[in-house]
Amino acid sequence: MRTALWLIPTFPLLSAVLLAIFGPRFSRRTTALLGVGSIALAALISLGIAADFLLSPPPEGRYSQSLGSWIRVDDLRVPIGFVLDPLSLTMILIVTCVGFLIHLYAADSMRGEEGYSRFFAYMNLFVAAMGVLVLADNFLLLYLGWEGVGLCSYLLIGFRYTNSENGRAARKAFIVTRVGDTALAIGLFFLFTQLGTLDIAAAMQHAVAEWPIGSPLAITAAALILVGAIGKSAQLPLQVWLPDAMAGPTPTSALIHAATMVTAGVYLIARTASFFILAPPVQTVVAVIGAATLLIAGFSALVQTDLKRVLAYSTISQIGYMFLALGVGAWSAAIFHLMTHAFFKALLFLSAGVVIHAMEGEQNLFRMGGLRRIVPLAFWGFLIGGASMAGLPLITAGFYSKGEILWGTWIGGGPVLWAAGVIGVVLTTLYTFRLFFLVFFGRTEAEAAPRPGFLIRIPLVVLSLLSIFGGFINLPSRPRLSRFLHAALPPDREGAPGRLTPFGSEVIVAAAFMVGLLLAYELYLRRRAAVRGLMRLPMAAGMYTLWYTGWGWDLFYDRRVVRPVKALARAARSDWIDLIYIGLARLTTLSYDALRRTETGRIRWYVGGIAAGTVLFIGLVLFI
Amino acid sequence: MMFIPVQHGLLLAALLFTVGLIGLLVRRNIIFILMSVEVMLNAAGLAFVVAGARWAQADGQVMFFFILAMAAAEVAVGLALVLRMHRQYESLDADALSEMRG
Repeated sequence: MRTALWLIPTFPLLSAVLLAIFGPRFSRRTTALLGVGSIALAALISLGIAADFLLSPPPEGRYSQSLGSWIRVDDLRVPIGFVLDPLSLTMILIVTCVGFLIHLYAADSMRGEEGYSRFFAYMNLFVAAMGVLVLADNFLLLYLGWEGVGLCSYLLIGFRYTNSENGRAARKAFIVTRVGDTALAIGLFFLFTQLGTLDIAAAMQHAVAEWPIGSPLAITAAALILVGAIGKSAQLPLQVWLPDAMAGPTPTSALIHAATMVTAGVYLIARTASFFILAPPVQTVVAVIGAATLLIAGFSALVQTDLKRVLAYSTISQIGYMFLALGVGAWSAAIFHLMTHAFFKALLFLSAGVVIHAMEGEQNLFRMGGLRRIVPLAFWGFLIGGASMAGLPLITAGFYSKGEILWGTWIGGGPVLWAAGVIGVVLTTLYTFRLFFLVFFGRTEAEAAPRPGFLIRIPLVVLSLLSIFGGFINLPSRPRLSRFLHAALPPDREGAPGRLTPFGSEVIVAAAFMVGLLLAYELYLRRRAAVRGLMRLPMAAGMYTLWYTGWGWDLFYDRRVVRPVKALARAARSDWIDLIYIGLARLTTLSYDALRRTETGRIRWYVGGIAAGTVLFIGLVLFI
Repeated sequence: MMFIPVQHGLLLAALLFTVGLIGLLVRRNIIFILMSVEVMLNAAGLAFVVAGARWAQADGQVMFFFILAMAAAEVAVGLALVLRMHRQYESLDADALSEMRG
């Protein structure tokens, strides 16, 4: 079964190519069958490989497969090779299974849309690129997947390209993530020149053997990889693209947020963990960025009025948790949260899609209300997904993953980062249930919506189940996933637990959740007037604007980057170097004009010219 | 037998050639242009004959036969073109042919 590993990215890629070429000629049925079927096959193969991997673990805990050479120049050899270890196995399961559920949903929800086959071509390519990124055993192949993911996000965010706003959002996402990608590319060149290999495992072994901890080489490498991860995972200060990426169709958002794009950065850091362990200052920066991002995005999510933008900020915030976990050395906790996040964030987005569909495209929270009875399916989806994201104690997956991160932060990161994480729990609960109460309670204005189809109900139900039970795979008393992942990840950072016990940490997470829930209940369900009262405070309006605009990062980039670059471009448009070329062009035009006039079509002029030329030539020959 | 110096013969050829060239340049009527070309060809032929006589070689006369044959061919084609031109433009003015500019 393991030998089928290469088929996981191949099936979606094949289907994407077929859809791209023959898509417009296929019927909708064929398109959906191909688009969803290829991902279903990939998911089935992943499940089969996972079962095989667990039942008969390969020697050394990893299985690698080489399909041949991609590049072979001198002693540089880049194979097309895939590697299967606990980390990539977990990731590929998330990507294909959650991706499959999202595709299933999209098959129905995108039904009436222009460009149905184009949509599935992009989506399949997205999953294929992510598969390559996850399974790659060398940096170059990983980078191929990395860029493929970036390309697909661009295509999908700008899917409804007739609206120029969407094109703008797509370009923004592309350019902002490109900043990170450039840093990553430089990092990979750097690693290659220093270590002489592109093989990920070999490079890390070399580095561990040759570089002392905290050496400048290790710090440079880790820092460059980190910038790449920040760009893809929408962390501070490159987070500005994600809220605007909501311009894409809802299944796209679900795919980007849950299974593919933004998780790539977390995966990259986990994959290259050895470099980060060799560079403790950079690892600290990872943790600080994670903590800062989760707070900043949490506050921004609190005041957004657009349903999908709240979810976008919540993703930035949750990825912040993963970065925090990576930074404090709780490696498996980060991947665990990545997994549970994939479940509940996909569920939240798909539920949001049902809500938006029922509201006929309306996304403003304050124009919704009372949807509980109209779309019960989305109500339950939101309740379960939201509770899981906020960390409803004991019965949701999010509680266990977040609890583990906070415990890891306490041990490996110290009380300040831990406090930031706990405040983050309060914030998460507050904005999640604000959303929930505003959408589903209160007065209703919407009319009864048509019952969502079969293909929409299945993913929502499955993801709901996963959002609840997915956490039981890694209970604190029986951490099966962590133990499994430890074969591929470095050991968690040790530290003095101090006076807090794991149980105490869980209690505090639960308490933070209750505080957030009570606040949301009081502010957005029982006393809506109190919020309006708060808004009248002198500080409130300023804070509101600051949070609403994502802490002014867009403005900052506009002032400090976009405008200077534009001014520079404008200045460069008329510099003196251009004058040379313009002069050359003018001269050519002039001589053309002059020579053109000699071509009159009058024979006698030509004869005169020939005669004069002959005389001149003979004269020259005779007298010189 | 009276000898005509070679310079005189060449001078006559040069004069004839110049007359032909001037005719070619100043005349607008296409038939006169053709005639001027004939004059120039004859001037060239005369130069060959004079040179052949000077060195007592047959080459000059052979060249003249070539020129004669070519002139005949040229007149045949040229007059055919003149006929076509007359049909097309109802004119014998060479400048009327300038529309192709090439």
